[in-house]
Amino acid sequence: MSSETQKILTTDGIPLEVSLKKVERRNKFKAFLLVAPLLFFLLIVYISPIFGMLFNSVDDRMVTNALPKTYIAMEKWDGKELPSEEVFEAFYIDFQKLMDEERDGKLSTQLNYTKNGFKSIIKKLRRKSKSFEEGNYKEQIMAVHERWADVEYWRAIQRRAPAYSYSKYLKGVDMYENEDGKFVQVEEDRRIYKKLWVRTLKIAFYVTLFCFLMAYPIAHLLATLPMKYSNLLMICVLLPFWTSLLVRTASWMILLQQQGVVNDFLVWIGFVADDKRLEMMYNETGTYIAMTQILLPFMVLPLYSVMKTISPSLVRAGKSLGGTPFITFWKVYFPLTIPGIGAGSLLVFILAIGYYITPELVGGASGTLISNQIAYHMKYTLDWSFASAMGLMLLVGVLAVYWVYNKLVGIDNIKLG
Amino acid sequence: MTSSKSFVKFDKVDKSYDGKVLVVKDLNLDINEGEFITMLGPSGSGKTTCLMMLAGFETPTNGEIYLDSKPISRIPPHKRGIGMVFQNYALFPHLTVYENLAFPLKVRKLSKDDIDKKVDKALSMVSLSGFEKRMPNQLSGGQQQRVAVARSLVFDPQLVLMDEPLGALDKNLRESMQYEIKHIHESIGVTVVYVTHDQSEALTMSSRIAVFNDGKVQQLSTPDKLYEEPVNSFVAEFIGENNTFAGEVTDISGGKCKVKLDTGGEIISNPISVKSKGEKTKVSLRPERAIIDPEEKMDNKHKGKIEEIIYHGDHARVRLNLLGNKEFILKVPNSSARMDIKRGNEINVGWNSHDARALDPKSI
Repeated sequence: MSSETQKILTTDGIPLEVSLKKVERRNKFKAFLLVAPLLFFLLIVYISPIFGMLFNSVDDRMVTNALPKTYIAMEKWDGKELPSEEVFEAFYIDFQKLMDEERDGKLSTQLNYTKNGFKSIIKKLRRKSKSFEEGNYKEQIMAVHERWADVEYWRAIQRRAPAYSYSKYLKGVDMYENEDGKFVQVEEDRRIYKKLWVRTLKIAFYVTLFCFLMAYPIAHLLATLPMKYSNLLMICVLLPFWTSLLVRTASWMILLQQQGVVNDFLVWIGFVADDKRLEMMYNETGTYIAMTQILLPFMVLPLYSVMKTISPSLVRAGKSLGGTPFITFWKVYFPLTIPGIGAGSLLVFILAIGYYITPELVGGASGTLISNQIAYHMKYTLDWSFASAMGLMLLVGVLAVYWVYNKLVGIDNIKLG
Repeated sequence: MTSSKSFVKFDKVDKSYDGKVLVVKDLNLDINEGEFITMLGPSGSGKTTCLMMLAGFETPTNGEIYLDSKPISRIPPHKRGIGMVFQNYALFPHLTVYENLAFPLKVRKLSKDDIDKKVDKALSMVSLSGFEKRMPNQLSGGQQQRVAVARSLVFDPQLVLMDEPLGALDKNLRESMQYEIKHIHESIGVTVVYVTHDQSEALTMSSRIAVFNDGKVQQLSTPDKLYEEPVNSFVAEFIGENNTFAGEVTDISGGKCKVKLDTGGEIISNPISVKSKGEKTKVSLRPERAIIDPEEKMDNKHKGKIEEIIYHGDHARVRLNLLGNKEFILKVPNSSARMDIKRGNEINVGWNSHDARALDPKSI
């Protein structure tokens, strides 16, 4: 037979490939229609907010647009001495316009993020500028408040010139870009975020570890007990799922507080003195205890579903071949549960790293996490772009964990049930 | 059989899981060194429980098991040194074939060279050399089974237990594996205790078979004896095909007895479990021992009407209505001679009274 490629035809004479594609295209289209609503939903509520957040975290156009003339005038300024009269004049004109549009408040908030102290001097400028005379704006503005005569404040305004900036990300790791364009750390007593990141990672790690240590035996029991007992145990594991997170956290508060049930009991059995009751709440301990309990089911369930599939005869085989119970566990049973450990740990770690309510309620000052800071900036300082930046850093952190996990264990090995 | 001679001895072993029902009742069993013993019985008859007690995964509720004259009830499974092949092979899925076989050797702290040598030998024994690097899920069912057998033998145990090892294989593979296991047993002379519910498997492989029912050993004997001379109606009905007649002994003398059937008619049979007149009995007759157009000297000759003919290729099974028993089966070899075997015809059937064994009346 010749090796030339001859087109195979269907009985009706249409090339087979064409016919096949036609049939498959219809099926693919039908399948797509089925998932389209979900895809659309995901796009709107999941993908677009992430991009929105990304955009928000670098968007700095507010200040740029508020002071257009100032920034044009500043282009000639070297930033060493106080700017020239032109810059002051441009700033005055821009500021007048902002006042007319009542946008000066926003500007003051924004500039205050860059350098503390702007809020009051802009307020003062607003009041005084109404009686400004034409000409010699430099003198007049500097007369409003001494800070207006400080070159540092003008440099702060200049730093906000670009329409997009990554300064929020630097701020998220306690750094800033100084006048020479170098990244430097903020003063030691103002470094708070780095400490928070480390604490968040540490708490998430230990919560995962505690969950693992507690869930492993429970899951094993669940998988090996006879049905009637394992069902009861399963209900105990799932019960927290049916209770509101807030209620559970609140009950931990009742248990853990200094006049709480646990302390009362410890005093009663004489373990601690009445005047030396343990502090188990409003600190890291409280966060550990409550989060471990709340996240425990997320570790138990993947472990259980994996353990359920491990045939008891494998363990028996290990023993019959001469393995002591420990060797059999370590060489046979444990390796087979790794997919469950991986799934559970990943789940718990990712949930823990972004946990909010529980640390907020029982964490106090030393037990709060990065998410509490994010919420704080969203609710109180209204620095949404900073909150967005930290949110994205958190997301990237989670993706990094996921990536490392994939490298180490392989994501295909994961088993959730 | 004395206890000093037997390699494995079950001595008055009882086993109960819930304190209410005895799964194994008063089990006494002696297994000699090098024997291939099969525990055969329907599911729930206690045979697997016996195996698990021997392996150490269950403890006897009463009695003692001796291995090489030493009581083993208090020895944990991993110290018994008994090889075991499980129903679903129980290969470690995360380990390669080599690592699976090396597992029992590593826990015994053998040197790397010795491990390599032994694994090589065991794999070549089951003709799987070159499969060391494979994972169990890359092997076919038969190959997995052979690895499991190799693994149970690689550490040279004196005793190997096999718990329905061929249950998951298809028929052809099962048969070839039966021969393979049998040959391995013959070549290395290890003692094997084998559990199955498949009687043909038991008949092919074993040196002796223990038939289990209701937690008790019903009969322990060689395959041929078990088939030819079942001691009770359970064994007769469980092993091979069987025609049964229920009836009452009317006369017993000279190694023969007359049995009056419940359905009418009378047959002469061989009294095995019946002692005296008036006893209820169940007579068992193998289908191949009854012949069409009997010879003169046969002492049972009856007429039967053909109800059904079931074609089996090399032979046909003919279902007769004989002496009121509508389930009487006859095996007729496939030959061109017999043209009168048609549905509705009447034929003459006969057998020797020696082959009709009058057993206990208990039915399954």
